[in-house]
Amino acid sequence: MSAQAPARRQGGFPIPLVGMLLFLSSEVMFFGGLFATYFSARASFAGPWGPPSGAEPLEILPIALPITLILVSSSFTMHAAVRAIRRGNSGALRLWLIVTLGLGLLFVSGQAYDYTVLGFGISDGVFGTVFYTLTGFHGAHVFGGVVGLSILTARAGQGQFSARNHVAVEAVSYYWHFVDLVWLALFSTLYFLR
Amino acid sequence: MATTTLAPGSKTYERSWVLDWLTTVDHKKIGVLYIVNAFAFFFFAGLLALVIRSELAVPGLQFVDESTFNQAFTMHGTLMIFLFVVPVFSGFANYVVPLMLGAPDMAFPRINALSFWMLPLGGLLIVSGYLVGGAAAGGWTGYNPLTQEQFSPGDGTDLWIMGLAVVGTASILGSVNFLTTIFKMRAPGMTLFRMPIFVWTVLVTQALILLATPVLTAGLIALFIDRNYGGSFFDPSVGGDPILWQHVFWFFGHPEVYIVILPALGVVSEILPVFSRKPLFGYKAFVWATIAIGLLSFSVWAHHMFTTGVVFLPFFTFMTALIAIPTGVKMFNWLATLWRGSLVFTTAMLFALGVMSMFLIGGISGVMLAAAPVDFHLQDTYFVVAHLHYVFFGGAAMGVFASAYYWFPKMTGRRLNEALGKVHFWMLFVGFNATFFVQHSLGIQGMPRRIADYSADAGWTEMNLISTAGAFLIAASMVPFVVNVITTLLNGEKVGDDPWEGNTLEWATTSPPPTYNFDRLPPIRSERPMFDLRHRDDPNLHPELAHAEIATIEADS
Repeated sequence: MSAQAPARRQGGFPIPLVGMLLFLSSEVMFFGGLFATYFSARASFAGPWGPPSGAEPLEILPIALPITLILVSSSFTMHAAVRAIRRGNSGALRLWLIVTLGLGLLFVSGQAYDYTVLGFGISDGVFGTVFYTLTGFHGAHVFGGVVGLSILTARAGQGQFSARNHVAVEAVSYYWHFVDLVWLALFSTLYFLR
Repeated sequence: MATTTLAPGSKTYERSWVLDWLTTVDHKKIGVLYIVNAFAFFFFAGLLALVIRSELAVPGLQFVDESTFNQAFTMHGTLMIFLFVVPVFSGFANYVVPLMLGAPDMAFPRINALSFWMLPLGGLLIVSGYLVGGAAAGGWTGYNPLTQEQFSPGDGTDLWIMGLAVVGTASILGSVNFLTTIFKMRAPGMTLFRMPIFVWTVLVTQALILLATPVLTAGLIALFIDRNYGGSFFDPSVGGDPILWQHVFWFFGHPEVYIVILPALGVVSEILPVFSRKPLFGYKAFVWATIAIGLLSFSVWAHHMFTTGVVFLPFFTFMTALIAIPTGVKMFNWLATLWRGSLVFTTAMLFALGVMSMFLIGGISGVMLAAAPVDFHLQDTYFVVAHLHYVFFGGAAMGVFASAYYWFPKMTGRRLNEALGKVHFWMLFVGFNATFFVQHSLGIQGMPRRIADYSADAGWTEMNLISTAGAFLIAASMVPFVVNVITTLLNGEKVGDDPWEGNTLEWATTSPPPTYNFDRLPPIRSERPMFDLRHRDDPNLHPELAHAEIATIEADS
């Protein structure tokens, strides 16, 4: 198609980033729907809210707080990657992408470990259902980001990005920051708004 | 640049005909694929409607049992809404929106192909319930706890959930593509307030899809978890809340009504000015009315839930009644456009007038249902069925046929036969009103929707018989339509690039357009660039255009 497109000058915001922002706004509504189910379930639940009786109550230690810090710091390393390629430093881009990718994998692994030690499952009452649905879909989004970061890392390894041409890095960074923000909202909701 | 080749010739990358259509990323071919796919599901869902109406013609169970009947109305509603009216307008929009904007293609051509190909996949998932012991039977609204495992066992409902999630994701990707195209791909001079009204309605429609569909996806996932992984979102026996499903579903479902109807209103607003030989009355008012409808549509969902007793009635009654105002603005815009125009009653114009009149009835019955006291009486009766079909069929589906007759010459270079078209219109119009007008009375007399049988003593038999006869007349009206399409494709009248003397840019290129759409574009100084081009020597109409150089911009400069 590119050969046939009239080469008219497009000012302003790059087209792929417009697409990414629009996609993220639909993601906001998706998580909005899931959060709505959480708060609705909580509001209509009779009895103490939290893991079912017999299971340990949710604690931010040992897992939840560390993986939160990991995910938040990965937003900073992602931004460092973007800043590096804006200056044309593709070596630093590769480095920061690998660091971000590693932090993302750490988060997903930490969450998976958390699932194995929590004393309740998705079928254990309303709390179990909303807890695993929300954290599970967030985790799936982090995993999607990890896939995106892997592709970026591979492309960066082939030297495909430059100071002028790196819109894919910017687009993935938007997505990554969004996933981070969703986690902060989710973390606060699950662990602080008791 | 003008002397060089503008684009590779169509023979540069020659492929077989089949492979070309399967792998195309051209917005026009994808648009045609959308339309063909949508009509395939339309005919299947139409046959299911005949099953429903045949069973209801007279009291007693003659043709199908209750279970088959439940599957029939569930599949009829689901397929008509999610795989016909919404995607068929995505198809027309795919074809004409880039043309109307003077763009070479959509912003993301490959995502465009992806969002199309997910549609038949999702549709087949939904329908494949029939192969595994029964399709979903919980109604297109999938209310809980009816759709929970213990009341709807079997894989049909799970396939329905998966298929809808796939179709929803496809439409979200499509909406990202449409909105990016509209924001970023407009030709020089095509400001937002010079865009054709159809593009405006597509813009608002796609914004609604973008923001409403993911909420349905979240609800479908929750339902899937309830059914398959022991979740307790909606199951009251384990602490869940079935009303929550209704909130989630209708938070999507009411914007969905405008997703369905707004493109049809846009098509009417393209067709009326062309065949009244006048500009659209109140262009800006129309645009703002469209935006207002889009915004309001997110604050009215609970008017579907009055009888649950858990919603604040005055708020949702008020907000719903408020939508009548921008809708009324549109109705008066159209009337003022027609007023003292030189009307040309082509088939497309007849269908546009059909949309106007039928949607008016559907809108009025909608305001009636918005009044909570009336709604308590009419909830889940045939009055609702009648209202819904006046909006979805009389409004949206008639708009589909208006689009088909209006843009067929652009897509093929040939005009559909007008005589056959008028036979189609009048059979459909009479059949439609015979089917659905009497259902208002049936509903007021208390006939519930979604029943397979009724008592002979209820006094509903005559009206049901009329309704069934009307349904078969609708089905028969598809014969002249299909014959018309086939004979026109084979041997139709060739009518050139701009048979209607259109206003908008799709008529500036050849019929059918080349892969890259435009060699050159007329200057765009109003919402009617083609009208301006035809009248560029008339200083009374456009003083600023007088003596303009032979007014085209090289698209490839």
